[in-house]
Amino acid sequence: MSGFSPGARPDDGRPKLPGSMHANRRLSQWLAFPADGVVTLKPGKVEIGQGILTALTQIAADELDVAPARIALARTTTGESPNEGVTSGSLSIQDGGSAVRHACAATRAIFLQVISQRTGVPIERITVEDGRFLGPDGAEIGSYWSLAGAGLLKTEAPADAQPKPPAARRVAGRSIARLDLPDKVFGAARFVNDLRLPGMLHARVVRPPSRRAALRGVGEVAVPPGAQVVRDGSFLAVIAEREWEAEALATRVAARSTWEETDTLPEADALAEWLDEAGARGESTVVVERIADGGVGAAVRSVTRRFHRPYIAHASVAPSCAVARWDGDVVQIWSHTQGVYNLRDDVATTLRTTTDKVVVRHMEGAGCYGHNGADDVALEAALIARAVPGRPLRLFWTRAEELGWAPFSPAMLVEIEAEQAADGTLVGWRSRITSNGHSGRPGRDPNPTLVAASYLADPFPVKPSINPPLASGGGAQRNGVPFYRIPSMRIGLRRLLEMPVRTSALRGLGALINVWSIEAVMDELAALAGEDPLDYRLRHLDDARSRDVLERAAAMAGWRGRARREGWGMGIAAARYKNGGAWAAVVAEIEARERIFCRRLWIAGDAGEVVNPDGIANQFEGGAIHGASVALLERVTFDRRRITSDSWEGYPILRFSEVPQVAVEMIDRPELPFLGAGEASMGPTIAAIAGAIHDALRVRVRRLPFTPESIAEATA
Amino acid sequence: MVAFTLNGAAVALDMPAEVTLLHALRGPGGLSGPRFGCGTEDCGSCMVLLDGAPAYACTLPAGSVAGRAVTTVEGLGTPDAPHPLQTAFLAEQAGQCGYCLSGILVSAAALLARDPDPDDATIKAALDPHLCRCGSHNRIIRAVRRAAQAMGSVAA
Repeated sequence: MSGFSPGARPDDGRPKLPGSMHANRRLSQWLAFPADGVVTLKPGKVEIGQGILTALTQIAADELDVAPARIALARTTTGESPNEGVTSGSLSIQDGGSAVRHACAATRAIFLQVISQRTGVPIERITVEDGRFLGPDGAEIGSYWSLAGAGLLKTEAPADAQPKPPAARRVAGRSIARLDLPDKVFGAARFVNDLRLPGMLHARVVRPPSRRAALRGVGEVAVPPGAQVVRDGSFLAVIAEREWEAEALATRVAARSTWEETDTLPEADALAEWLDEAGARGESTVVVERIADGGVGAAVRSVTRRFHRPYIAHASVAPSCAVARWDGDVVQIWSHTQGVYNLRDDVATTLRTTTDKVVVRHMEGAGCYGHNGADDVALEAALIARAVPGRPLRLFWTRAEELGWAPFSPAMLVEIEAEQAADGTLVGWRSRITSNGHSGRPGRDPNPTLVAASYLADPFPVKPSINPPLASGGGAQRNGVPFYRIPSMRIGLRRLLEMPVRTSALRGLGALINVWSIEAVMDELAALAGEDPLDYRLRHLDDARSRDVLERAAAMAGWRGRARREGWGMGIAAARYKNGGAWAAVVAEIEARERIFCRRLWIAGDAGEVVNPDGIANQFEGGAIHGASVALLERVTFDRRRITSDSWEGYPILRFSEVPQVAVEMIDRPELPFLGAGEASMGPTIAAIAGAIHDALRVRVRRLPFTPESIAEATA
Repeated sequence: MVAFTLNGAAVALDMPAEVTLLHALRGPGGLSGPRFGCGTEDCGSCMVLLDGAPAYACTLPAGSVAGRAVTTVEGLGTPDAPHPLQTAFLAEQAGQCGYCLSGILVSAAALLARDPDPDDATIKAALDPHLCRCGSHNRIIRAVRRAAQAMGSVAA
């Protein structure tokens, strides 16, 4: 979810169009009227469980004046769909929603103008009802479909298209039901995992036993009819007619293959120290530096703290899956990727072909929370399918591959020194963030970033992941700059230039540790000043929207009237995601038993204009539960050679009995821009849980996850 | 050949008996509702009802269900004739990616069959074998409660 976006290049000399429309300017790239009564909407953003298809349909329905049920969504496909880059960074509504709104508003205006010219009815006397254009007497004088053949969409959108004013919206802003949910409740074949093409074969990869292991040999193995073993360097796979045959064959081949293994991973027990050493060898930059220009009270007290988080896994409920088929020198891939064009580019590079020989078709997968194994499995399916030209081949990863070989969110260190004046006012802030880069996404580097590319006989090098700059949301340093009023500030970043564990973007990126560490220090500063954590925050916030969410969450939770309960605690935290996105304030209540249980969360959010209130509440709540899971349970474990947390037993996530009750209230601002909702609540939830642990136990935890071990460390 | 009752109809699937029931259902059975998540009985994505009781299809040999009744989410209801749970899940918008729902729905159906008015703790206990990564748990719990109420009012 690193916020790079091809739509966001406003300075190319062309008139600025909103969101992804800027780089995909023709109306026909977004809309078609293929048959009477049908509107085809062609988004470049994809459904990853967040409900984007429903929200885009709502926006289009309003601006076109058609019923939502008339809108059919085209499957995002390279060469056919607008290139909206990656569905990430909580930007789908900002980039895609803004574009769809503009495209539809422009289309409606053009049709109005043409119908007016053809009929002589003035534009202001024409009304549009469900796609039919009606004259003053209510009679139909044209429709989107009556003019569908007129080529009106074969034009660039004018920059001055006027979307409807907020008060005129009838569909956007309402909680309409998700379009994809019925299929999922009735078990329909909607996921790429369910795709069945005629003659389809099944494949499994035989993974190396450890990271960077080299394949030395494969012994003789009995192969069922129609099955085969495929090898390219240390990339080893099997193909069979039936899925269970592929599964069994992979097990037999694994047992007969020999690998050369080496120690490539750091000492897991000294991960924080390794990060510090590798950081010292890494690339140092100053993210923000500002010096107070006088009028600031002298610092009399300071708080110096170090925070650490482990590698974190995506842990989607389904392993990654893809289907590929070669027809001549062209390969088609069905994939749950977040970016069809980015994936296409890396696949073409790895196959040493041109991008016109690779077609990527999006199909939904299970929930996606960032750059997971979707792109990796897609390349692998294409590599394996070369052995069976003309036949579709489905590759499905195992649970162990999903938890062991997909990219991880990087382990990090954050060191903070904060100073306050005699009256408690925060006057200085210095911090240093140490991390691997948070983006190893495909399509952004001359070398492919997908896992198989470095295991081929003619391999591509593995480069350390890049880290997006703060201007596009930042990676490790995302939310590393406190949103409080602080006169002097210096934020430094050390990016590791070595990457023993492959890292990339996961929901929240660096914000998870940054929001937690900033809010933890704020709690300590409040205590030093003898003030309530809420009051202390409020007096360092100038921005009304920041204050509003904090006050709202506090009111929801009864923060000010809270009573201490033995073994229970409450904490409060807030942030503005990416410092330019949605606001979230969270109050957490925990119960300290043999371990910490988060029992309740109260969340107030502000994401600007809300397209679907229920959908956005669902995103805020889901992000918060994800955050609680990260806070209390999640940690990738490894020895010197292999990831050992490659099962649900080794990588537990929150279960039903451990999930907190959640209340969400959104402050709707229909007149203000969309801000994106998927990631905002996660960091503040982790931070609020940490605050609540202190409230209950008087212990300030310094290492994620907040387990009995990390609490014991903080107590010592 | 493995013969059993699948969603109320007799089937005979051409496959080895030692292969898992999940492969049988998704392969020759032609279904998509039961889903693979882990293969180790840790996530519940593959859950089906075996003679009315929840069972992990990912580890159960297909041959072991010979002569027995298997119900999948497809057997609970259809868009035209939905199970009260399916209606309730839609009413509560209880899902995000939805991959976990097939298994959760059959476990919830088994729960309501044995306890028509479960409290939240009972619902959570019944659903604890299931993982949901998107964080739709609270909506799912509300949906099960809503279905219980709907079924109770029909019975009354």
